[in-house]
Amino acid sequence: MQTANLLPLVLVMTAVAYGLAYMRSRSVAEPLGGIRHLKSLPFYYAARAALWCSLPALAVLAAWVGFEGRVIQSLVVSSLPAHLAPDNAGEASLVLSQISNLSAGKLDAARVPAEIVGAAELLGQLRAQSQQFKSILVVLIAVLGATFAWTRVQPRINARENVERTLRWLFFSCAAVAILTTVGIVFSVIFETLRFFGRVPVTEFLFGSSWSPQTALRVDQVGSDGAFGMIPLFTGTLLISAIAMLVAVPTGLLSAVYLSEYASRPVRNVLKPMLEMLAGVPTVVYGFFAALTVAPFIRDLAEALGLQASSQSALAAGLVMGIMIIPFVSSLSDDVINAVPKSLRDGSLALGATQSETMQKVLFPAALPGIMGGILLAASRAIGETMIVVMAAGLAAHLTANPLNSVTTVTVQIVTLLTGDQEFDSAKTLAAFALGMMLFLVTLTFNMVALKIVRKYREQYE
Amino acid sequence: MSDQTPQAELIRQSLKKRYRKEKRFRLYGMLAIAVALGSLLILFTDIISKGYTGFIKTTITLEVPLDGELMYLQDPGDSEQLAMADFQAPILAALQQHFPEASSRQDQRELNRLVGSYAANQVRDLLKTQPALLGSTKTLEFLVHDTVSVYVKHADNPAYSIRLSEQQRRWVDQLVAEGAIQTSFNDVLFSRGASREPSNAGILGAIVGSLLTMVVTLVIAFPVGVAAAVYLEEFAPQNRLTDFIEVNINNLAAVPSIIFGLLGLAVFIGLFGMPRSVPVVGGLVLALMTLPTIIISSRAAIKSVPPSIREAAEGIGASRMQVVLHHLVPLAMPGMMTGSIIGMAQALGETAPLLLIGMVAFIVEVPDGFFSSATVLPVQIYLWASSAEQGFIELASAGIMILLAFMITMNALAIWLRKRLERRW
Repeated sequence: MQTANLLPLVLVMTAVAYGLAYMRSRSVAEPLGGIRHLKSLPFYYAARAALWCSLPALAVLAAWVGFEGRVIQSLVVSSLPAHLAPDNAGEASLVLSQISNLSAGKLDAARVPAEIVGAAELLGQLRAQSQQFKSILVVLIAVLGATFAWTRVQPRINARENVERTLRWLFFSCAAVAILTTVGIVFSVIFETLRFFGRVPVTEFLFGSSWSPQTALRVDQVGSDGAFGMIPLFTGTLLISAIAMLVAVPTGLLSAVYLSEYASRPVRNVLKPMLEMLAGVPTVVYGFFAALTVAPFIRDLAEALGLQASSQSALAAGLVMGIMIIPFVSSLSDDVINAVPKSLRDGSLALGATQSETMQKVLFPAALPGIMGGILLAASRAIGETMIVVMAAGLAAHLTANPLNSVTTVTVQIVTLLTGDQEFDSAKTLAAFALGMMLFLVTLTFNMVALKIVRKYREQYE
Repeated sequence: MSDQTPQAELIRQSLKKRYRKEKRFRLYGMLAIAVALGSLLILFTDIISKGYTGFIKTTITLEVPLDGELMYLQDPGDSEQLAMADFQAPILAALQQHFPEASSRQDQRELNRLVGSYAANQVRDLLKTQPALLGSTKTLEFLVHDTVSVYVKHADNPAYSIRLSEQQRRWVDQLVAEGAIQTSFNDVLFSRGASREPSNAGILGAIVGSLLTMVVTLVIAFPVGVAAAVYLEEFAPQNRLTDFIEVNINNLAAVPSIIFGLLGLAVFIGLFGMPRSVPVVGGLVLALMTLPTIIISSRAAIKSVPPSIREAAEGIGASRMQVVLHHLVPLAMPGMMTGSIIGMAQALGETAPLLLIGMVAFIVEVPDGFFSSATVLPVQIYLWASSAEQGFIELASAGIMILLAFMITMNALAIWLRKRLERRW
């Protein structure tokens, strides 16, 4: 039976288990003189039956679905004779796709070796068997669970406590998903990165000044041919982020100051959501705007001024990214400025300082740590931003500080390395994971520092 | 007394300067807001001015002689004949009725290039479904070729280059004057999947793909997020583990979205062997990405329920779980839903992680399930924006307008929910 059918089946069984347990708890209570003689309400006996019926069955189903593909694949591959057995992962995926296409009827059986045809038949067989076993196992577990819960509908047993404890564990595991995600991220980048460093020395990756992964097509060529120095990517990222911050920080800060100090309430209520709309616009829209409107405009402008500008200039991507980040800076600084105790502001105004003097000489210094934290958060967002640079920045890794040149960034390279035709396991794909790890580490550091600063700052005034 | 006067004078003089400074500072603030909102305005006008033509299609109406001899087709029921027949011929004949002088090979080729390349298929499908039409003359509407469409829509826009010969331009002008070539609302855009030809490309496939992905995201992220928020607010003991969970949530909220794409690629596709470019994997990745947003807003919603409610429930003997499930969660639900809708709107506009898990594939069919290959709205926009054909630019802008319309609707829904359901205590 298909997973898509198995899932509703389990749900139906759960509902049945619920209903049966509910009725049984009532009929058990009847001779005792009503449900008040039960330790828990009938609802809890029923809910416990439902949990017993569904949770183990669903867990088994999820595990089975998660691993069946892998297991079947490895069984099929190991069935191949020695001369057809794949040597590396790239070949393996090729053979596997051949086999699965054959078994799906998309490929003509006459055009491949007989062993592959045999493997395709085996694949079909294994899949059918797996479906069968899965269905039997899941239904069996659901029935067993429900039966167990059914026998435990007894007046002495406190079903409510059981149900609540289970729910609590469920809630906890949902919260633990956050940890699992972090662990997943770390592990998914770390293994591939280590494999990458097995082929390209760490020092070359960290300090090399040329980046051209395209030449590393053949695995045996790597050390001598492909260049995997991340310095140009890093400087490109820094250049674009710096331009973005140059736009976003003054604009964002001044807007925040204006909104919190000068604007009247109705004006503020209109302007603030409008400003926040900038943050809600999808990044792909900014990318479109940067690539098709801002970049040509800057190129034409530079040409009119007699300058050479690339049609994919860092300036265009940086400017648009800056616009995107304005609301982050402004809303964070707004919070921070408002958190400065009112007594400081009142004291300054009472001494005769103007609003701008209060702002510049009292509030701003007091809020500075918080503002720095906000700026760090915004910078980490600029570094990790992908779509704008993918669409508007270039692909060639130039080591330059000229904003009119085209540069490439870490995120652009991750996307280009992983979206072309991929072969897992080549230094090219692995390089993307290594870059991802660098990106993760840098943004993580930024975030941690920023959060720490902001928290410390809050505590100072609370 | 004598030295007070100059001091007062000094102050009065500096006062002027200080007030000027004050004014200037205020002006800077206004300027900053103007820059920000001005860019928003430019962004929107740019996209609308580029994209409104994407909602217009150009069609040509022709009297097509469905002559069997012309097409080398005697029996439309015979699939072999159907495969061999020349369905372009009757269209050419219909065009030649308008331009009898165009008879040379070169002319014929240029005439053929006025209609879209799917026109012949249209004739074939018509004859396949209604074989009785063979031999009659039928008025049919075809999409014009992309170059013609560009010429009709953007003849005086310098951003577009017109790739038509002088002769073709004359013909098109005449056909427009005769009313054969017309522009109308682009229903193709809303009824088809992707295509290599701009005029034949639709966004329906991407919309359905986005919808399927969002369903997966919502089904996973909402319950998990709410449960996590409930645990952290109500049950979590004060210990290292809880602190660690909180640190993780805060950090995940700021991790670049592309990293989640790497996670999806390595874990869901690499480790679990799930297929590429399917809505399930996309939805899972986006669910993990939106989870922090939902958790944070749900916690705020639970926190805002006044303690008196909890105390009252506890006072009449409710257990901890009963307080939570019977009172806190229902009362906090509007706030949780608002936060989730905003998180979903973010997920709807997310592109980068989906590029990595292969949702960039070129997919013509409208996806029909959670496990069929699909693309999503923002990715479709990205693909169109980076296409070479100039007709795709207006489609990309039109796609952006559709995407923004969805997002504005979702945000408006969130605001409405907040206004409507949220209680002030």
